[in-house]
Parts: sequence; C-alpha cells; structure tokens
Amino acid sequence: MPTLTASKKSNRSAVRAGRPAPELILGDLWEFDPAPESADPKLKARYELFIDGKFVAPKGGRYFDSINPANEQKLAEIALAGPADVDAAYAAAQRAYDGVWGKLPGRERAKYLYRIARLLQDRAREFAVAETLDGGKPIKESRDFDVPMAAAHFFYHAGWADKLDYVAPGRKVAPLGVVGQVIPWNFPLLMCAWKLAPALAMGNTVVLKPAETTSITALKLAEIFQDAGLPPGVVNFVTGAGEVGAAVMNHPTPAKIAFTGSTEVGKIIMRGLAGTDKKMTMELGGKAANIVFDDAPIDQAVEGIVNGIFFNQGHVCCAGSRLLVQESVAAKVLAKLKNRIRTLRVGDPMDKNTDIGAINSREQLDKITRLVAAGVKEGGEMFQPACKLPAKGFYFRPTIFSGVSMSSRVAREEIFGPVLSILTFRTVDEAIEKANNTAYGLSAGVWTDKGSRILKMSTELKAGVVWANTYNKFDPTSPFGGYKESGFGREGGRQGLLDYCKLV
Amino acid sequence: MLARSPQAALQRLFDEVGSVDQIGVDERVAKYGTRSIKKASKIQGLKLAASMVDLTTLEGKDTPGKVASLCQKALAPHDPELGVPQVAAVCVYPAMVKHARRALGRDTAVRIASVATAFPSGQVPLKTRLAEVKAAVADGADEIDMVINRGAFLAGEFSEMQDEIAAVVQACGDATLKVILEVSELETYDNIRAASFLAMRVIRPGDFIKTSTGKTSLNATLGNNQVMLEAIRDFYLATGVAIAMKPAGGIRTAKQALTFLVAVKETLGDAWLNNRRYRFGASSLLNDLVRQLEKEKTGAYQAPYYFSEAAESY
Repeated sequence: MPTLTASKKSNRSAVRAGRPAPELILGDLWEFDPAPESADPKLKARYELFIDGKFVAPKGGRYFDSINPANEQKLAEIALAGPADVDAAYAAAQRAYDGVWGKLPGRERAKYLYRIARLLQDRAREFAVAETLDGGKPIKESRDFDVPMAAAHFFYHAGWADKLDYVAPGRKVAPLGVVGQVIPWNFPLLMCAWKLAPALAMGNTVVLKPAETTSITALKLAEIFQDAGLPPGVVNFVTGAGEVGAAVMNHPTPAKIAFTGSTEVGKIIMRGLAGTDKKMTMELGGKAANIVFDDAPIDQAVEGIVNGIFFNQGHVCCAGSRLLVQESVAAKVLAKLKNRIRTLRVGDPMDKNTDIGAINSREQLDKITRLVAAGVKEGGEMFQPACKLPAKGFYFRPTIFSGVSMSSRVAREEIFGPVLSILTFRTVDEAIEKANNTAYGLSAGVWTDKGSRILKMSTELKAGVVWANTYNKFDPTSPFGGYKESGFGREGGRQGLLDYCKLV
Repeated sequence: MLARSPQAALQRLFDEVGSVDQIGVDERVAKYGTRSIKKASKIQGLKLAASMVDLTTLEGKDTPGKVASLCQKALAPHDPELGVPQVAAVCVYPAMVKHARRALGRDTAVRIASVATAFPSGQVPLKTRLAEVKAAVADGADEIDMVINRGAFLAGEFSEMQDEIAAVVQACGDATLKVILEVSELETYDNIRAASFLAMRVIRPGDFIKTSTGKTSLNATLGNNQVMLEAIRDFYLATGVAIAMKPAGGIRTAKQALTFLVAVKETLGDAWLNNRRYRFGASSLLNDLVRQLEKEKTGAYQAPYYFSEAAESY
C-alpha cells in the first residue's frame, strides 16, 4: 500500500529548537555589472505641438521641461498649448474628418495603420529608450511590453478597418467624427496606441493630449505619422497639463471624449460634459484584489503577486494592490513573497537588469510616501527589502503591508506605486465580499487549482477583467475596462471598437 | 477510508508538497534569460560554471584511453594563463572508474562520479543495483549518480521508491549520492516536485537531486531546474537540510549555463553558488565556457578547433 511519506524521516535532521531558522542568503556573492541599454533615443531639444500634420510652435510661445525621473535631468522642452492651439487642433481634425479620413474606405485606412505599426517596430529600440528616459520604467518593460504591445494594437485594429461591416452583426457602423482623448503617464506610448488605433480604424479623427510628464513618445509617434504619410489633421497632439486637458475635454467640437486617468479627474470631466450629447468612455482608477486560495500553486502565485503590483513600479490602474490570501496559507505566502522581493533589482531604469525603475514624478513619489506613512500609522506591518537606491532621482522601495484591515487607507485608496496591502480571508464568500468591497472594479486575480472555483469567482467578482492563475496579461483582442468608479466603456477587442462608432 | 489507487496516492502527495503551475514556471524562468551578464560578472560566472562541471562521458564505446584524456581535460581545461578552474568531477560508467582513478591519481580535487544502479533505466533487481554501487565505490568513485525507480513512482509505490534510495545511501558509504529523477519520464512539474521531496527525505545533507540521465529526449531545462530548486529551497527552509542540485543533459553553451546560475542565485542564493551545492552534468559545455573566457580576455572569438570542441575528443 502506498504510504504517506511523513514516516520517512530517518535522515532528516529537523530544525532543532533554539537554533535560528534556516534562511536564504540572497546576497551579492555573484553581483551583476551594470548593463545599460545604449541605443540612441534620438530626442529633439524641443518638441512642438503636432497639428494638421506639422510640428507647430504654440501660439503663446511657452514651453515646459520634461525631465528624466531617474536622475532629475532635463530631457527636452515641450510646447505648452493654449486654448487657441486646442481650437486649431480641433479645426484641423474636423477638416481631416470631413475632407479625407471619414470618406476613406476601410481598406485604405488599414494601409496607414499597418504602415504605422511596422514603422514603430522598425524603431522599437529607439522608442523603448525614449519611453524609459521620459517615464522611468525599466528598459526591459518598455522593450518587451510597451513598444511591442503598442505596435500590436495598431496591427490588430488595422485588421479590423476593412471588416467593419462584420463588427456588429446585422448592423452597419459609422464613425463618430472628431474624438478628444486624454491619456495618463503610466504607459505613455501604449495608451496612445490604445486610444488612437480603434478611433482611426473606425474612421474618426483625433485630438489627443499626452500627460505632461511623458509627452515625448507621443510626439515621436507623430514623426512616424509623418513618415507614414498619414493625412494632415487625422491625429493632432496638444501638450500641457490639466488646463490643456480641460480645454480638450470641454471643447464643443468632439463627438466623443475618451479619458484614461484618475477617478477624481474623471468625475470632473463627467461633470463638465453632463447635459451634452457627447459620448464618453472613462478608464479610471482601481484597487484590484488578487485572491490566493490555499490550493493555489504558491510559488507561481507569488510570482503573479510580484508581477501584479511591482510591474511598472505599480503605476498600473489594474495593479493587484490588495492581496487577499486564505488564512491557512497566509504565513507561507508572506514568507515566500519576502524572499522573492529580496531578489528584485531596484535602480537605474536604463539598466537591462532593473526590475523596478524610477517613480514617474516627484509629485507621485510624495503621494506614495504619504500613503505609506499613513499605512504605518494605522498599524500595518511594513516590509521593505534592504536594497540601495540611487542618490538622485525618484525611487521607492517595493513595500508590502501585512495585517491590513479593510478599513485601512492603504487597503482602500489607490496608491499607484509599488505598495502591496495584504489581507486575509477564510471562505470563498468572504473573499468575494472583501474583493467587491471597494469603490473600484477594474480587475482581479484568482489563484486556485480548482477550475470550477475560477468560473464562480469570475462571475461574482465585480471587475472588468478577472485573471486566473496569472496577472497583468494584455492583448489587443481582449476588451479592458471597469465597473463602478473604475469607469465605463471598453478598450480593445470588438467591444472597444464599438465605443468608437455609431450603429446605423 | 483512503482510496488506494496510484492516482489517489499521487494526489495526496501533491496536497502535501503543493502543486506547480506549468505556465507560471515557464514565465518565471523566461525572466532569467533576460538578465544581462557583462564584464567582470560574466568572467566570474563563467569560471564558477566551469568549476561546477561534471565532465561526462557515458558511451558504450568508452575506453580507458578516452577516460584518461577526459581526466586530463578535467585537471587542466586550458592554458593555465586563462585561469580556468578544474572541473568538479568526471562522470563515467562504473567499469571506467578504476581507469579514471588511475588517470587522476589519489591526490586530486577532481572527484570521480559514476552512474551506477543500471543507468539509465534502472530496470534490474535491487540486489544487482546495490552490488554495482558498492563495486564503483570500491574502485574509487567519490560520488554515485543513481536513477530512481520511475516505474514505482508512477505506480504510486512511493515507499518502494524511497526504500530503494535509502538502500543506495547505505551502499554508498562515504560517497556522495546524486539521485536522478529522469524528469522526462515523470513528465509533469507536479511529479517532478513530488519526486524531489520523496528523494530529499531519505538522502543526506550535501547529497544531490539531479534532473536526468541525458539518455532521453528531454533533459535539463530551466523549467524543471526551477521546480527542483524551489523544492530544495522549501525543504531547506522547513528542515535546515541543504540538498544540492545537478541539472544534466542539454546544457551545451556558456550562455545557457549562466542563465541556470541566475536561477540558482535568485532562488537559493549565495550558499548554493559553489560546486558542493550545484553541478552541471555536461560534456561539451566546458569547451564553450573556455572559449567565452578566452573571448573576454582577448576580445575576439577563437576558432573552435582551439578548444577540442567535439565532445568526442578531449
């Protein structure tokens, strides 16, 4: 008879009482030398607005600095758009829609989109370096995720452009007209692609405002639009901070507004647009629950937890920032998680071995610092690895809080940084209740060996995306969007396209 | 009452040691490949890898002459100026142990490992396998690489499998034991993790678990290496017993070896970055390590024939 093996202990010297518990030495016996990425980002000293197919100086003549958050050095000057520039951009977009783009057959629009995607692939390394310099994310993420995924979105939507007769069975679709878009600083190029590709494929024209700290890759993308021969005015970029965003959102021209950013700003925009007939999609904040059951493959779950919260320094709206772990395995998960975090490499984003780069801005670093201080004050048990941080630049150690309660600020507010809050649960129902007990509902993760439980959780969790035994997986074919205060509308897939058309 | 089928036995074992998600493991190990090892850290890694090699010849046509030249290579892998360390061990069939001992002498740091227990299948009576182990040790083997009874494992007869390993431990005497799981025949990561635990519970601190014989279609991969490293880590943290690890077969290039070492560094840490705790079972790997070290020194790649490239000729 097969026996359970607990009796086979003849040679096993169990840990003796009084001796220190065995620990791993995750040290620097074999330390990696710096491995900086050396490709030329081909930055200009000054970036103008991109309106009507040309780079034009802002009418107000004002510029602001874009800095590298890894060392606080200035990278380039960016034009500051004023109301007159926004007017000009919308006028160009309207002309392009009426004159060319709105009438162009889908298969012709597809050619431009394919060309843009291919040109982006050709210049992938240059864009990856520019993205990392401007935003602070590790080069391996911009190289392996942001840039290839941005190209994939153009490819995917290029494929749709000549098949729009089939996107809504039994119905015909038509473009909306001019669209106004505002995107955040966490995935500057990728968000650009998410917003532009479906809009253009459907036949709309666009005025887009990138985030003020990360405008460079959008303006480099404008160079690609010129190279691709995209008709003037189809895409227009206006740069600047919140007031420029407000001008883009509140302008009378656009038929639709698309916004990705914080819930706070999303609410302001929606208030401004109340009573107008403009369509809206909002992709806002999140405080996702990543739920680990006791039968989960623990090491892979730990990897998923790390990927869920420390990807892009936690500057991810769908980050798995609340870890819900079943009580029976909580100690085990926490111990493994700490060992895993000890091996994360924090530092220069341009180093190919860096896992966690720089926080995007001083302002964001201050916000994270403030919320972490609140977490400590509220009695959460904090763990940070003892890694060295560069002297200059905006950095924050990967941080986990255990023993957090549902009422704690670090469990409720979106921190948008490398900070994980760990809560425990006992039963499936309790997990669902805790996961849904939030104003947000963008994403969730479920880790279990039980297939039926995954299906149950995915129907009960009020989240736009539920990942099972993985986390932070994206694909242009898969719709992404939120419940509740995480917004409405979808991006990606057929559903995302439908948000950029009217059914006729 | 507990079900007694092999499947039920396996399921209970998985429940006890935990399950493994294949996609998650493969994703984790893909990250090791993106680590960029340059300059001094590359040289250090290459030398470390060379010191971990079990230089192997396991062929029907092995002769005393070939074993002697293999031993020579093990003692002095290249021009001394390059500073390539001696390998950890030579690995030969039991019949070749006495020839290896003659070639290496008694006063050497290079150890002699021998694949006993009816390698690679293990499909002979236990008595015969134990006799083979004792004979190899008597001829001068410092280390014994045994194969587990995969048939017993897959049939759910864990006791039988473990008792056999325990019997080989006894037969080894002072010789170090390496337990070959033959991962390609266990097929799943779940099985590999479970078998690792079964083996670790009956071997001694400093004994090894090893991926494969090199005689089947699939040998050491980053994935099965990772599953076994994690099993070793979990066992160590639970019991304080440090088990060593040896991936074998399929690791031919220096780049591969460095990637495996990154896995060791980030999973088990510094205490396993030495040849008492980690080995590579390989034949042609050493030549590529030497070639890369030469390249780091001179800045140019030498022609392959400078390094007696073929595994056939040392």
